[in-house]
Amino acid sequence: MTPANDDRPRPGLWARLRQSWGVLWRPSARFSLGTLMIAGIATGVIGWGGFNWAMELTNTETFCISCHEMQLNVYREFKGTVHDNNKSGVRATCPDCHVPREWVHKLVRKVEATNELYHTFLVPSIDTREKFEAKRLQLATNVWTAMKRTDSRECRNCHNFDSMDFGQQRSRARNRHLQAQDEGKTCIDCHKGVAHKLPAGAFGAERELEETWGSGRRR
Amino acid sequence: MTRLLVLALIALSGVALAQDLKTLRGDQKIDAVDAAPPVSQVREGARLDRAYRQQPPLIPHAIEKYEIDLKVNQCLRCHDWPDNVRENAPKISETHYVDRAGKRLDQIAATRWFCNQCHVPQTDAKPLVENRFRSAVQSAR
Repeated sequence: MTPANDDRPRPGLWARLRQSWGVLWRPSARFSLGTLMIAGIATGVIGWGGFNWAMELTNTETFCISCHEMQLNVYREFKGTVHDNNKSGVRATCPDCHVPREWVHKLVRKVEATNELYHTFLVPSIDTREKFEAKRLQLATNVWTAMKRTDSRECRNCHNFDSMDFGQQRSRARNRHLQAQDEGKTCIDCHKGVAHKLPAGAFGAERELEETWGSGRRR
Repeated sequence: MTRLLVLALIALSGVALAQDLKTLRGDQKIDAVDAAPPVSQVREGARLDRAYRQQPPLIPHAIEKYEIDLKVNQCLRCHDWPDNVRENAPKISETHYVDRAGKRLDQIAATRWFCNQCHVPQTDAKPLVENRFRSAVQSAR
């Protein structure tokens, strides 16, 4: 036995969408306000926490060097530098320098990283050492430009002029740091190639960057 | 009997020899951490005088982190003209811009690329052997 209204045409997608939109804004007749609030807060905490947890998973050295491009090129050069190995045992990993700490900037950087996925999986552009070396100057210049634009924000998470004991520095470092502070320079202006090897033609690119920087052609 | 005696003598002398032996490590225990050898400190600031006219000038600063390889020479960032003007650093001698055929170049000659083959940082190292070396300036007096 079939119901009489079975012949009626089924509501279209648009009608069903409108219906569920209406349900969303009608007061609930079944659940108490308290239940809804608790359920909402719990969902929010789990959703928000889970999102940040997942984002932090992509913010570890292990994750970064799971791509062979990173492991065989930049990570291998990073090993043994002062940010990897030093007398006090404080260590900076990839995201400490290359991913902002502030949430909004971090999210922006993570979205930008889709470009890196594109260049890894879809159009492999640095999957061999030779290709990496050929593209290296461009990649390094990108990082220098970004760090210049943010006033070396990630360096300054650990290093800043105000906490520097200039008295403990050697005379050359002391003079240059004081001078740099007066001139409003930023860390990357001088400290290039600190954790990775410099690309061929680095000084020419550096000069070009300095010359175009003041002329309002900021990216 | 004599054979036994000889064997005993050899064994005894072996023990005596073993007591005199010392390892190259000295009395260091095998699991002890070796102390780092003393490193002469670099003397920054005032430049030491040359001892003779052709002496490659000493470097008055530390250079141990500087990259000098096939791609990059970090010394050139400050000492190559025209960057030496910006950095207020001594300019590399023009003799370093002449290749071995005598041709003048705009870039440093490949034969001069590895700076620290001749130029070394000035340190407070004492002479290992006492000697009567006098610099050219001292000898001229």
